[in-house]
Amino acid sequence: MVETVLFWVLAVLSIATALAVITNRNPMYSVLLLVVNFFCIGGLYLTLNAEFIAVIQIIVYAGAIMVLFLFVVMLLNLGSEKSLEPAFDAKKGLAFLLGLAFLAEMLVAMKDFSAIGSAKETFEYGKVEKIGLQLMTQYVYPFEMISVILLVALIGALMIAKKYN
Amino acid sequence: MLFNLNALITLELLLPITLTFVFIAIYALLGVYAERKIAAFIQDRVGPDEVGYKGTLQTFADILKLLQKEIIVPDSADKILFWLAPILIFASVFAGFAVLPFMHSEYYVNINLALLWVMTIVSIDVIGIIMAGWASNNKYSLYGSMRAVSQMIAYEIPLGFAILGVAVIYGTLNINQIITMQSIEGYTWGLWNTKNYGGFFLWSIFQHPHLLLIFLIFFTAGIAECNRAPFDIPEAESELIAGFHIEYSGFAFATIMLAEYANMLIISLLSVIMFFGGWNSPLPNLGNFFLYHWTNGGLFWSSFWLLTKSFLLIFIMMWIRWSWPRFRADQLLQFSWKVLLPASLTLVIFSVLWKLWLHP
Repeated sequence: MVETVLFWVLAVLSIATALAVITNRNPMYSVLLLVVNFFCIGGLYLTLNAEFIAVIQIIVYAGAIMVLFLFVVMLLNLGSEKSLEPAFDAKKGLAFLLGLAFLAEMLVAMKDFSAIGSAKETFEYGKVEKIGLQLMTQYVYPFEMISVILLVALIGALMIAKKYN
Repeated sequence: MLFNLNALITLELLLPITLTFVFIAIYALLGVYAERKIAAFIQDRVGPDEVGYKGTLQTFADILKLLQKEIIVPDSADKILFWLAPILIFASVFAGFAVLPFMHSEYYVNINLALLWVMTIVSIDVIGIIMAGWASNNKYSLYGSMRAVSQMIAYEIPLGFAILGVAVIYGTLNINQIITMQSIEGYTWGLWNTKNYGGFFLWSIFQHPHLLLIFLIFFTAGIAECNRAPFDIPEAESELIAGFHIEYSGFAFATIMLAEYANMLIISLLSVIMFFGGWNSPLPNLGNFFLYHWTNGGLFWSSFWLLTKSFLLIFIMMWIRWSWPRFRADQLLQFSWKVLLPASLTLVIFSVLWKLWLHP
């Protein structure tokens, strides 16, 4: 009962904040609403007993990445909307296509999805021990690949930002 | 189900929350008084002396003054965020106490991810600081919050690694289990069997020598997370006047200060839990004087030791604040990224090796 109520409250709230993020004209508000959105999604994870994912969601996204976003927004001082327009124009079509591709991907992934049942059955999956074990055994290859990709991204960012004398 | 609705509305949940809030409020009032007296002692002054016996009522008078003061909202401030910021700052810090025990009892949420949860709290706190600094629409507060961001991001990582080092040793993130382990294990530094002595021999820093270094890193990063001197560049009075909370007055300001003191308590409670045996007694058994067994267990002794140790650490924080000058912003970041981060990473690796091979 409580689970269902919580789910609907969080689901509606997360969709509402997600919409508000893209419709809001103030970038600062957008970022903060995105933080609220991440909290809602974290709450949804909690109702599924995935405590670890929920906490990580908040630490990594709300705590670290969004803070960096806020930092950038404050630095850029995007006060006027006009400064935003040309930057977005060229990318609009691409963003639309990417969004469409992502939606299709989601639909394909959800086609074979069957409801796992109540949260009690998924209780074991959310534990740190389980996730750690899975990451280090079954999924060790993708896990290591992601770390390499992140490293490449880091080095790439460094190379772009570096000044050559 | 994680919790049920009935528990939410019964006293079982409300009572601990209220008590915790009252405790934190009183602790903060006394903490401010202690801080002033300690500062005065270190600087060879008298300190608050007029209100009450030796100035003991000074902070109570201050809080009454703050309560009746008008909260001035600047004209050009972002009103919504300006009001939300202190609430978010305090609420996030207060939520951390949900998983932190004051005594060996049931009145806290004993979850398996307690240490991670506290890390989350610390990282949410900074969003409130940014909101406060940005919404004030004041260049000093904006500078303050920008500094806060770079500092928080830099010091969160060594803090996380320090917690990871402890988690690796004990194989858990559960506070209760970590403290219990510190009353069971009995090989001081892997050399001497000290199980029968008990007391401080069983503290994790004496069980595992590298944890002492990890504690130093944790405590340093913790002080930085609390924005306290020598890491107080976000509110550096002499450069930024008061940094991110410059525009706050009255009770909003009091809330921010309350959050800072509550944050100090979180860091010191965590330090005690992870490194100094939690609620276990520090007194060892000496011959026929079983001090360890006499002064251990029960609600009174557990809360007494836990809080005494925490307050000692808070005293050290105050001592540090009034003894060292403030870091410069670039020194502060360099210290974190170039000293604390590699050191903590090395210690985590050493933790793994110690756990696997070196410790008996």
